[in-house]
Amino acid sequence: MYDVAIIGAGVSGAAIARELSRYRADICVIEKEEDVCCGTSKANSAIVHAGYDAATGSLKAKLNVRGNRMMGRLAEELDIPFRRNGSLVVCRDEADFPELQKLYERGMANGVEGLHILSREETLAMEPNVTADVYAALYAPTAGIVCPFELNIALAENAYVNGVEFRFDTEVTDITKLEGGYGLHTGQGMVRARYVVNAAGVYADEIHNMVCEKKLHIFPRRGDYCLLDKAAGNHVEKTVFALPGKLGKGILVTPTVHGNLLIGPTAIEVTDKEGVNTTGEGLGQIMEKAGLHVKDLPMRQVITSFAGLRAHEACGDFVIGEAEDAKGFIDCAGIESPGIASCPAIGEMVAEILKEKMGLEEKGDFISVRKGIRKPGMLGKEERAALIREDPAYGNIVCRCEMISEGEILDAVRRPLGARSLDGVKRRTRAGMGRCQSGFCLPRIMEILAGERHVSMSDITKSGGSSYLVNGTNKDTF
Amino acid sequence: MEKYDIVIIGGGPAGLAAAVSARESGIGSVLVLERDKELGGILNQCIHNGFGLHTFREELTGPEYAGRFIEKAEELGIACKLDTMVLEISPGKIVTAVNREDGLFELQAKAVILAMGCRERARGALNIPGFRPAGIYSAGTAQKLVNMEGFLPGREAVILGSGDIGLIMARRMTLEGATVKAVAELMPYSGGLKRNIVQCLEDFGIPLKLSHTVIDIKGKERLEGVTLAEVDGRGKPVPGTEEYYPCDTLLLSVGLIPENEISGKMGVELNPVTAGPKVNESFETNIKGVFACGNVLHVHDLVDFVSEEAAAAGKNAAAYVKRESAEDTAEKDVWDAAGREVPVKPGEGVKYTVPERINAAHMGEKLTLRFRVDGVYRDCYVSVWFDGERVIRRKRQAVAPGEMEGILLDRELLLRYPGLDAIRVAIEPG
Repeated sequence: MYDVAIIGAGVSGAAIARELSRYRADICVIEKEEDVCCGTSKANSAIVHAGYDAATGSLKAKLNVRGNRMMGRLAEELDIPFRRNGSLVVCRDEADFPELQKLYERGMANGVEGLHILSREETLAMEPNVTADVYAALYAPTAGIVCPFELNIALAENAYVNGVEFRFDTEVTDITKLEGGYGLHTGQGMVRARYVVNAAGVYADEIHNMVCEKKLHIFPRRGDYCLLDKAAGNHVEKTVFALPGKLGKGILVTPTVHGNLLIGPTAIEVTDKEGVNTTGEGLGQIMEKAGLHVKDLPMRQVITSFAGLRAHEACGDFVIGEAEDAKGFIDCAGIESPGIASCPAIGEMVAEILKEKMGLEEKGDFISVRKGIRKPGMLGKEERAALIREDPAYGNIVCRCEMISEGEILDAVRRPLGARSLDGVKRRTRAGMGRCQSGFCLPRIMEILAGERHVSMSDITKSGGSSYLVNGTNKDTF
Repeated sequence: MEKYDIVIIGGGPAGLAAAVSARESGIGSVLVLERDKELGGILNQCIHNGFGLHTFREELTGPEYAGRFIEKAEELGIACKLDTMVLEISPGKIVTAVNREDGLFELQAKAVILAMGCRERARGALNIPGFRPAGIYSAGTAQKLVNMEGFLPGREAVILGSGDIGLIMARRMTLEGATVKAVAELMPYSGGLKRNIVQCLEDFGIPLKLSHTVIDIKGKERLEGVTLAEVDGRGKPVPGTEEYYPCDTLLLSVGLIPENEISGKMGVELNPVTAGPKVNESFETNIKGVFACGNVLHVHDLVDFVSEEAAAAGKNAAAYVKRESAEDTAEKDVWDAAGREVPVKPGEGVKYTVPERINAAHMGEKLTLRFRVDGVYRDCYVSVWFDGERVIRRKRQAVAPGEMEGILLDRELLLRYPGLDAIRVAIEPG
């Protein structure tokens, strides 16, 4: 029997696992997909929000502000890209100014530092591509951007190195109350644990409802995005929001931490918890609305579009804590925006709850530092040349758009919780994430994966399951 | 730092023809940098025939066509580095590249020839809605998997886009045992060569659905099907025309984009229509001594034209190096002072021209002005205007965007108009 089983290897589950791995306990993470970061964590705005959006006193507000403060150190410890580029909320109409003022006041009440309201002139001086008819803007210098994949993967890797076990392709189908714990029924047999953490994203209601009478209801809310070429990455320097509406923060325009431009999301209620399909309507909305607060968007530079689901719980706030009618069952549900920003604080909060309940003791040998994949492209010429001399695979460029070398791909496959699929390689290295969208490097990455994993090309998938990339060989039906 | 007279970026058909031509023009120090493990570029995966009718007066496969140039380059002792990626080129022509053996290295070139080719437009550029399962490939990626690796991307395919690679892949997939259910084309005409429509679709009974596009993609892990719909004159789907095609593969042949990231960074001016460098009659860009040819300059349909253009670029680069290297600057001074550049402008019905400026004093006796038209025109004339005067008028039965056009300009004719302000190419009704 494990001490703790965490259901879900998204950014919340991984953050919780990493925080818990500071303590002496047998912990496992159970994930229905083939890799970490396969749900909401992989398709979102990747924004470390400042914390002025959520109602004062809510968990969202508290954990966002705390998570934001923790992110800098966490990013250093985990060796992941994070940049405090700051954000602007653009108000275009004088009549809406009181709403902007409210955001400012709420931010102050939530403890957000450095907020101030900028005039039209100040806004345009700071961000020249904001629409010329801007009336005022709320500037939040503490807002930032992060790579959600690397954040999630790094948290999981670090947890793994500190002794947390990960079980992939393992879907929890039912939960039974046992003496002193729970039995999690999965396709791969029963997993027993004294404590269960429910970090199942859009499925957190179903997992919760397996053991609790007081039900949760997650309403997936789809967000469509367009990602633009790095050539458009400097169009704005800050994350630019429109004034929030009923369903969320509206369409934002932001640079990504890797230098692309990201535009989105929509907010469309859906019923299918796997419904991450973009729609013509959604993409149309992005085209139409994004241009309202940022001018001259080079929409011809779109290299891909995608959608993610927000795990919106009916109460509107994060649901974190022991379930009322299920002792030892800790929910971490309704983690929608600002989930990425909050995850360091979510991990800390859940770990605190369990530490108290279980009387956990700190390990002496917790390793807080994780080294990311070495990126020759980020090195100076001398260092890069030295790295290639040491390992020539770093001199062999596989992904020509993002200039990713064979050495980086091999590292992604060989490291703890390494990549098993094309998307796994992509999220760890960015190979295939550029303007050609893996047109050139796909066959070569398949070969590397097949070679490293000692399987045939036919066994290589895009993202696990039945997502096979090839289906047979030439003329095999004749 | 190693020094070369001419460094050629890319060892595909353009780079090879340029290298051979530069060497034959008397330049000994020529280096080809190729990112793939062998020379030949995309021709290596084009195993169908139809190459070389103009250049060699015979019908070759892609690898055979490339082979002729590779052999020639070997005979001439042209140096090349394979598996080598160029990272950047400085305006002073220092080329920074990387490979396993040499690591990160820099070369000083006197002249650079850009011959990096192009890439395929991906699904994202079209913003096709739907899921993102496995089984969606650009046609060239599928061609590599099938022709180079021997794997079938899938069993039942729909192809979006009737560019030549899409048409060729419709036939290839069929020959290798897959079923191609339809080729959909957004435009009311095909973007491919007429001969490919006949030989790759009609001969195999594959329907070509003009004015159609993919409006939805189904399948969460592997592709399960796509929905096609007819589009109106503005490319918008017409409600009620949706048709669902179960399939496990969607191939995209929706356009090629010259790969000019390196060129752009070094300061080469690009033409937004071709996405390739703006060049003069010598295929020289706005940076002196930097030349461009092949698909990096503008996307071609026929490799023969690539070879012809690249040979000219190679020859001109060689002449540049000789002028610049000569101790006696007389020739260079005469060259620099001679004539002036006249802009070439696309007129009615013409999308772009290559070159887009001509100095008659610098051109050879004849120069083929290449261009593409913006629609299908029948029984029309291709006209060349020198300012207000029409100097050339050639009858054409039909012109289409899928087939690159060309018209021959005489130096003698140009020299007769010393005060010329602009050259204009236009399509005129019959």
